[in-house]
Amino acid sequence: MFDNTTDRRVLVSVSGLKMYFPIFGGILSRHVGDVKAVDDVSFDIYEGETLGVVGESGCGKSTCGRAVLRLYDLTAGTVMVDGTDISTMGQGALRKIRPVMQMVFQDPQACLNPRMSLADIIGEPLVEHTRLSKAERRDRVYDLMDAVGLNRDFANRYPHEFSGGQRQRIGIARALALNPKFIVCDEPIAALDVSIQAQVVNLLEDLQKEFGLTYLFISHDLSMVRHIADRVAVMYLGKIVELAPREGLYRDPKHPYTQALLSAVPEPDPVTHDTANRTVLKGDVPSPSNPPTGCNFCTRCPRVMEICRQQDPEFREVEPGRFVACHLFNESETAG
Amino acid sequence: MTELTTLEAQTYQKQRNQWWDVWDQFKTHKGALIGAGFFIFVLLFVYLGPLVWSIDSQYIDIRARNQGPSWAHPMGTDQLGRDMLARLMAGGRTSIAVGLTAMGLALIVGTFVGVIAGYFRRLDGVLMRLTDLFLALPILPLLLVIIMLFRDPLRASFGPEAGIFILIVFVIGITSWMPTARIVRGDVLALKEREFVLAARSIGTPPHRMVLRHILPNVLSPIMVSATLGIATAIITESALSFLGLGFPSDFPTWGRLLFDGTDWLQRNPERVIWPGLAISLTVLSVNYIGDGLRDALDPRIRGR
Repeated sequence: MFDNTTDRRVLVSVSGLKMYFPIFGGILSRHVGDVKAVDDVSFDIYEGETLGVVGESGCGKSTCGRAVLRLYDLTAGTVMVDGTDISTMGQGALRKIRPVMQMVFQDPQACLNPRMSLADIIGEPLVEHTRLSKAERRDRVYDLMDAVGLNRDFANRYPHEFSGGQRQRIGIARALALNPKFIVCDEPIAALDVSIQAQVVNLLEDLQKEFGLTYLFISHDLSMVRHIADRVAVMYLGKIVELAPREGLYRDPKHPYTQALLSAVPEPDPVTHDTANRTVLKGDVPSPSNPPTGCNFCTRCPRVMEICRQQDPEFREVEPGRFVACHLFNESETAG
Repeated sequence: MTELTTLEAQTYQKQRNQWWDVWDQFKTHKGALIGAGFFIFVLLFVYLGPLVWSIDSQYIDIRARNQGPSWAHPMGTDQLGRDMLARLMAGGRTSIAVGLTAMGLALIVGTFVGVIAGYFRRLDGVLMRLTDLFLALPILPLLLVIIMLFRDPLRASFGPEAGIFILIVFVIGITSWMPTARIVRGDVLALKEREFVLAARSIGTPPHRMVLRHILPNVLSPIMVSATLGIATAIITESALSFLGLGFPSDFPTWGRLLFDGTDWLQRNPERVIWPGLAISLTVLSVNYIGDGLRDALDPRIRGR
């Protein structure tokens, strides 16, 4: 898997990405602190691959995805998409780059304008970025509806008349309208039934093969990420703690947090489910506005050491293609 | 596209104009239909009525004063012997014109301020304080001052009737946009955080199109409600102004002026108050029903139920 990707072109390159949301307080509403939603995150996405991002709620997955698309103004860091640095571009200049990168949203109900018919929703990116005539646009909308498996008769209907799975297909068709190269899927299956989840994920995979898409697939469903992703990044409290090819990560998780996360995946077999040796984390996630000094995970880590409370571990490559931010591996490196 | 797809497309449902759906839904709302019917009737009555009933509303026949209903004067005459039916038609023209234009003005100002304040956070504070300022203004002294200051220049430049019409519309519009602005702002604030706005931003929609395509259609319901209530308030405010003698000249009939003139004769000729009062109430009621029906018809979620 990963061996093939090394010589491939990097489509999206993120380095040192920070996204802080200011907190204002006091009588004069002064700037009293920041919610460090994404704190110094770096990764590359190769053309045609799927990078899965997993982590628990509130760890900054979605913010990271949105920041990569510049739906926020970044606090620091650079984002290169298709060779262009978009990290400091104004929204006007960004508009020209938008067709390359699109997004599929988490809540298919909320991400569709309830007052627009399906044809208008799917056609909106075309209206914004192309000069197609009405008939050409209609044909393109029909093509897109075919591509995601929606009946052409639905073109005049409104979002509330569809089921969750169909709505997510509308969202996907809309994201595909401008032939993008890169799509951020922000938990596209979290709001769907399990049976529909499989359909949507298969659809995403088929479309990837057909159009050569690159995905940033954000999810908290570990088994789904295992199914769709080529490489997986694990986030905890705004930072990537581990980034590794899928097989390696699921077979041999390095970071204690990844180990805990993977051991929490439910087991279908009731016997192994009951006897499984699980690592159960204690305590709560610290507040992202006041993260602990040293390693972010030091408050809950089962293998915490003295150095963890003082120094923030560096995010480094411990094996070819495997990045981990943990002092355990720094030591083994120096020792061995 | 290939010919095949075009052919195929024709066999599927043609894209339908959205306004046909709106009309289909509007038709199912009985109250709205009756309201619309009545409103059209009132419009015909006040605009085409004078063609049929050709007595001049200003014609004074002093010997026929204070008469009750008769074939010559179906609604009686006033204290100067002017025909009440003709005066009701002439008054309706002014009242409805004032109501519609003043409401339109208030709606445009209110929606504009509300959308801008809700959408652009930087302008929110300034615009909302301005709204509060207008709400805090004592209306009656303000009206007195405005009318004192501007009545004569406007009369001089637009003629007595057009001048006072502009003044009244402006005064009513400028003092009644605030509730609309507040309601719209609140809705825009909520809408702005919805994911479909983020989705539109992710394809690079510029702010003005965001407002026109995504925000405005979704605040249509509250705007519609304030619009219909606005017409009613405008007609009533105009009546009140005429009643206070601040509105149109005393010989120029409006429904409010007719009411005012009629109150002195309430005991002898109660129908002189009943007719204009009834006209105002029923027009306002019918407009409210139309607004109700339109609001339902414009919302795709309610449509088809």
